[in-house]
Amino acid sequence: MEFRTRDGVAKVLNGVSYHVSAGETLAVLGESGSGKSVTAQTIMGILDMPPAFITKGTIKFRGEDLLTKSADERREVRGAGIAMIFQDALSALNPVFTVGFQIEEQLRVRRGMSKADARKRAIELLDQVKIPNAKGRVSDYPHQFSGGMRQRAMIAMSLALDPELLIADEPTTALDVTVQAQIMDLLAEIQKERDMGMILITHDLGVVADVADRISVMYAGRIVEHADVYELFRAPGHPYTESLLESLPRLDLKGQELKTIKGLPPSLTNIPSGCPFHPRCPRAFDRCPTEVPAVHDLGMGRTSRCHIAEEVVARG
Amino acid sequence: MGRYVLRRLLQLIPVFLGTTFLIYALVWAIPQDPFAGKCGQRPCDPAYVAEMSDKLNLNDPLLIQYFKYLGNLVTGDFGTTFNGVSVGEQIATSWPITLKMGIIALIIEAVIGIIAGVLTGLRKSGFLDNLVLVSTLFLISLPVFVTGFVLRLYLGPQGFDLMDTSVSSDPTFGELILPGFVLGSLSMAYVARLTRSSIVENRRADYVRTANAKGQPQSRVVGVHLLRNSLIPVITFLGTDLGSLLGGAIVTEGVFNINGIGGLIFRGIQEKEGVMVTGIVTLLVLVYLLMSLLVDLLYAVLDPRIRYE
Repeated sequence: MEFRTRDGVAKVLNGVSYHVSAGETLAVLGESGSGKSVTAQTIMGILDMPPAFITKGTIKFRGEDLLTKSADERREVRGAGIAMIFQDALSALNPVFTVGFQIEEQLRVRRGMSKADARKRAIELLDQVKIPNAKGRVSDYPHQFSGGMRQRAMIAMSLALDPELLIADEPTTALDVTVQAQIMDLLAEIQKERDMGMILITHDLGVVADVADRISVMYAGRIVEHADVYELFRAPGHPYTESLLESLPRLDLKGQELKTIKGLPPSLTNIPSGCPFHPRCPRAFDRCPTEVPAVHDLGMGRTSRCHIAEEVVARG
Repeated sequence: MGRYVLRRLLQLIPVFLGTTFLIYALVWAIPQDPFAGKCGQRPCDPAYVAEMSDKLNLNDPLLIQYFKYLGNLVTGDFGTTFNGVSVGEQIATSWPITLKMGIIALIIEAVIGIIAGVLTGLRKSGFLDNLVLVSTLFLISLPVFVTGFVLRLYLGPQGFDLMDTSVSSDPTFGELILPGFVLGSLSMAYVARLTRSSIVENRRADYVRTANAKGQPQSRVVGVHLLRNSLIPVITFLGTDLGSLLGGAIVTEGVFNINGIGGLIFRGIQEKEGVMVTGIVTLLVLVYLLMSLLVDLLYAVLDPRIRYE
């Protein structure tokens, strides 16, 4: 997956591979610019091409490769098979249409429902995401909703066509901490009810620990570590994950200076040679700048792209 | 909303009084002698001067004159010219012609301008985009009378004989299409550019991405989600433009020999027919004011985030 820009070719995604089953939550973790959202938008097929180019790869949904499908077939999958919710619901919802209209639109255009039926269903959906007085609020505009309510409305909209997979792209980043927890609870509940797969894109380790089953950690457009959530928190298998966990504020280390990861994430037009994390890695050694680390299988579905993955895990 | 409309209507009153008074003062108070040159080489007959001065209330102070004039206007009396021709009747015959032409111009500029703007906004820097950019630049830099003369000459019987470019004294809609196009050409170029930049700005908006992610057909993503947001500034421009079109019809009417408001006001100024000038300008001011009110109200309909309370 590349972006061809005037500043050169940005190799945005490289060797990213993950899978999600029904009823399962995969968290995709990474800093800004690590390619989490681009991966999601590639799966959805909503990136502008050009500048985006998919040089190779497969996206399998229900066993079929989406990349070999026609544009119309892919569009049919969007919303009905795979739905997506975005970070900032205020800008992601259309400001000039009512929340009801935006939910009903899915039902009417995609399912051919009548106006009255679609309205009824929209109110049901708003009710399901626990919007109080759904009947009264269905004809409100997005700006008349609070931040949390807007995100709920967006979730309702994404559920309109009963998707099998929901991609949540940083769904709580723009919200207050208390509201964040409510939205995460709601997502977890809905997922359980519908036995829906979920890809949760986030940079918030706290959110991940609560809801995810498995975690993929991304860095510079690659998946550097993939593990079960408990395993990952118990013993990270990549120095990057390790640094991320160390930079979490912890109650038992109160008073000490918070650890940070030195340096900045690399520009995707100029990814460091070898292991892309080596300039910031506390464990880097002579092989790192020259050799791209292979995927190390750590057993129990765990993988890590680090030369010394086994050593890192053992230490944890 | 009701309160807002009422308040806006009340606001129209001082604006209307202010502008019309200014025009009245400009026409009547500043020229030294309104009768200069009215009676050929000789000075006017004192009896005639006295009669007309009385009729036009010229002996009253300016403010009284103005209010007397306004009082007559309210009863629908636009007054008469120095030759005793009813200004009201003249306006009644010319006004519909110019209005018809103005509306044709508005429709043409809206339809062509918006379509060109949307197409080029979606396909930035393609062949069509460059074509529209160059042709709109062409229209913007050419004076309207040049566009008018060229089109009239080349499309008419003396040129490629594609259509009858003459306009009768009581023109039909068909006859006014070409003049309407000429009248609206400049604004059409602006509408195309305004729409284009608005589309370019909005097409990467998050809500467009959402509509795509919902799997809405491309026609709806563009035609419903993108267009509705992008047209807000365009509608504002179009609304206020009707007033400019009517006021700016002088040149186009001249080129096509159309007996409209523009010609009337031009002759009025040339022959110092103050009653004619104030009458027409007052009417134009009213059109401007009502259109701007309409635009403000439309704004709230188009963009629900704007609420008037």
